[in-house]
Amino acid sequence: MDAQPILRIDNLSVRFRTRNGTVDALKGVSFSVAKGEVLGVVGESGSGKSVTAFTVTGLLDQAGEACAGTINFDGMELTKANEAELRELRGREFSMIFQNPRAALNPIRPVGKQIEDVLIQHAQATRQDAKAKAISMLEKVKIVEPYLRYWSYPFELSGGMCQRVMIAIALACEPRLLIADEPTTGLDVTTQKATMDLIRDLTREQHLSVVLITHDLGMAAAYCDRIVVMQKGEVVETAAVRDLFTAPKHPYTKKLIAASPGPSSKLDDLTAVLDDNTSHQPSMTRTINSGADTGHLLEVVDLVKEFPRRDVEMTGWAWPVKKREAQVFRAVDGISFVLKRGESLGLVGESGCGKSTTSSILTRLMDPTSGDVIFDGANVTSYSAQQFARLPQRMKIQMVFQDPSDSLNPRFTAQDSIAEPLKRLLKMKGSKQIDIKVEELAEKVGLEKALLSRFPHQLSGGQKARVGIARAIAADPLLLILDEPTSALDVSVQAVVLQLLDRLRCELGMSYIFVSHDLNVVRLLCERVIVMNRGRIVEDGLADEVLSNPKDDYTRQLVSAIPHFEPGKL
Amino acid sequence: MRTKLAQIGRRLLQALPSVIGIIVISFLLTRALPGDPAVYFAGAMADKESIEQVRKALGLDRSWVEQFFIYAGNLAKGDMGMSHNTGRPVAEELLTRLPASLELTLTGLGLAILIAVPLGMLAATRPGSWIDHLCRLLVTAGVSLPTFFTGLFLIYIFYYLLGWAPSPLGRLDILYMPPPHATGFYAIDSLLAGDMETFAATLRQLVLPAVTLCLFALAPIARMTRGAMLGALASDYVRTARANGLTRSKILFTYAFRNAALPVLTTLGMVFSFLLGANVLVEKVFSWPGIGSFAIEALVASDYAAVQGFVLSMALLFVAVNLIIDLVLTLIDPRVGLED
Repeated sequence: MDAQPILRIDNLSVRFRTRNGTVDALKGVSFSVAKGEVLGVVGESGSGKSVTAFTVTGLLDQAGEACAGTINFDGMELTKANEAELRELRGREFSMIFQNPRAALNPIRPVGKQIEDVLIQHAQATRQDAKAKAISMLEKVKIVEPYLRYWSYPFELSGGMCQRVMIAIALACEPRLLIADEPTTGLDVTTQKATMDLIRDLTREQHLSVVLITHDLGMAAAYCDRIVVMQKGEVVETAAVRDLFTAPKHPYTKKLIAASPGPSSKLDDLTAVLDDNTSHQPSMTRTINSGADTGHLLEVVDLVKEFPRRDVEMTGWAWPVKKREAQVFRAVDGISFVLKRGESLGLVGESGCGKSTTSSILTRLMDPTSGDVIFDGANVTSYSAQQFARLPQRMKIQMVFQDPSDSLNPRFTAQDSIAEPLKRLLKMKGSKQIDIKVEELAEKVGLEKALLSRFPHQLSGGQKARVGIARAIAADPLLLILDEPTSALDVSVQAVVLQLLDRLRCELGMSYIFVSHDLNVVRLLCERVIVMNRGRIVEDGLADEVLSNPKDDYTRQLVSAIPHFEPGKL
Repeated sequence: MRTKLAQIGRRLLQALPSVIGIIVISFLLTRALPGDPAVYFAGAMADKESIEQVRKALGLDRSWVEQFFIYAGNLAKGDMGMSHNTGRPVAEELLTRLPASLELTLTGLGLAILIAVPLGMLAATRPGSWIDHLCRLLVTAGVSLPTFFTGLFLIYIFYYLLGWAPSPLGRLDILYMPPPHATGFYAIDSLLAGDMETFAATLRQLVLPAVTLCLFALAPIARMTRGAMLGALASDYVRTARANGLTRSKILFTYAFRNAALPVLTTLGMVFSFLLGANVLVEKVFSWPGIGSFAIEALVASDYAAVQGFVLSMALLFVAVNLIIDLVLTLIDPRVGLED
């Protein structure tokens, strides 16, 4: 490693002009990246990590401006560079990759052409050899049949492949610095691992410096040399990976590390260093009255759900010439399992494995193709989804949705959202009575009374999650289906919500089906876990056992793909 | 390519039910119109008996169902009936008048696109600048001023006060002979005949009504372009393009505009059909011998065959325009066409 850093940021401050005055997004941020180094920038949402990256590349939107400090890129002062100079540097000297790769690519331009655009722009290729070079870049990022994929549009590629194309574009001109802004958020764990390994290999090969921006401490630990921890626009700690995880100095770093679920952490440990946690109650052990009530709450027998394949020619009346055998896609392929009363079951798998379809059938939002769901002694699949909506069992199965923002009506206050099931399902009348019940529910989920009159956009992610949970438990359900309830939350908020869910289950004696892609999170909340792959159950067992000693190949792959930090291994 | 052709074929077939529906509805609607054509055509002095005679001659004494099948049968043979108002076959009338209307509408629409699209793009790239305010002003004016008003207003200023424009009486000044018929579009026909004088005269007549229509069409196109461009410029893929150092023009045209063109094109289809409606009034104001003025006269006279012919040809035009827009969209956007 050279002594001269490739990027040095000194005392950088960035201010945003908003309708309500200026907001300081960065307050005196300083760090440097050495040549060939992989630097992790970690922090939760609003910590200013992306703003830092955009300021460096000059992509900050017009409302923001760097008001103090310097950015030195290999001897060049970037804060003083004009747009034309910066444009020359972008893509050639430093480049960026973003999260949500499918949206980050031009949807109506073949991906090969998009690689060519960059090559031609920076005079790395002529019109004659651009195509060949673009294809060789696709090959480099390990895309199969690159000459065919050259003509593909982003919508024809998977998320992981789109991110590979993004990497190809970013590295096409052999830049010296790569800034990766949450490059794998939203991708499956195995895809995440493959993508990160690819970035690591390619950057090592080209002796590239990397700034990896992530909220995932585990990933930062696995791929970075040094880590910068940011909080509210400030750098709170900078240290080598080993030092950071073995001896974190700043309280915020400690809190983050504790809140990140690892393969051996306990639910109570997550907030061990949280000082501002009011709702947490000391050590609630999992004493479910399992001896008294051994009955099965839910029994799923040979459940199948088929969807018509999209690529089949539709046989509309207007085109009766061709009539193909209708092909079907089995999203759920004959799964069976049981759920005891008061038990918490994790449903784990990657996107497309059928876990969301299963949960939709269990909540009877969708009709299965065949199979039975026996809930509380009654076969609920014998009713159609519409009939079921009017049955008393309806209110006994409730759901907490993935996105706490999108699943709340933006025109409803928190009060209205929680009161809705009381009015519709319990047919409660009289606003006084409802108000009392809503306040009671809010207290249960640790939502302050003052927040009840707020609309979703005035609430934080964690508060919205609490509203969603309060709404779900309003009708005293026996079974709560949690569909990735914490995947959109910051780790420290996730920790608190997980504890809340665990406490509620003990207090109210509900059963949970916890749908998630994150095995570590599932293990914290569930005794038993089911691993699904391509519509089938590949493994079913006690959570700790499945995670520590997976029997199926797929589970093993899944477990090993989770990036995490183990002090012993560093 | 074969799947593309199949898609086009399927799309054409899908238009069939709507065409059949239009034939039925236009027939029923004309029958539901107030006024009795037999009374109208028999004249003011007619007695009961002669009215009955006229009714029989027009075939209106039969039941509706019978009338409909006769109408549909004739239609299948390409016969749209006689216009009792002008005494000429409806098909012939439409064929001579449709090019006049189309020439006017297309010129107006073309002008509107030429102004509105760059204006919307400039407004989107410089939000809050004077050009953005100009765009907003034009859009508001275009939406709030009715076409017959702008038409009369333009005539008042440019013909009456300034005397720059020729008298607003039809497609060509009476001093000129219409060019030999080739396409029916006077501007094109005169060019084909190499008659520059007639061409210039045609354009002089065309300017005011076309500008009137253009002002009407400007607003939705400029607004849509601005909105779509703003959306595209704020998108992730434009950010990627910027992060890779692509030039401003490359980002603006290849990345942002091509994506923004998709909603703009869809709007164009809608604007075109609005224009067909607005045409009726503009043609009246400028004494333009198009199908709009023909339709109004036919409507006043309860001239069933003519009204049906007008509605049907408008509907076919509408279906054709939408089909063309759909096809262009499939060519630009690879994602279109997979959904069905």
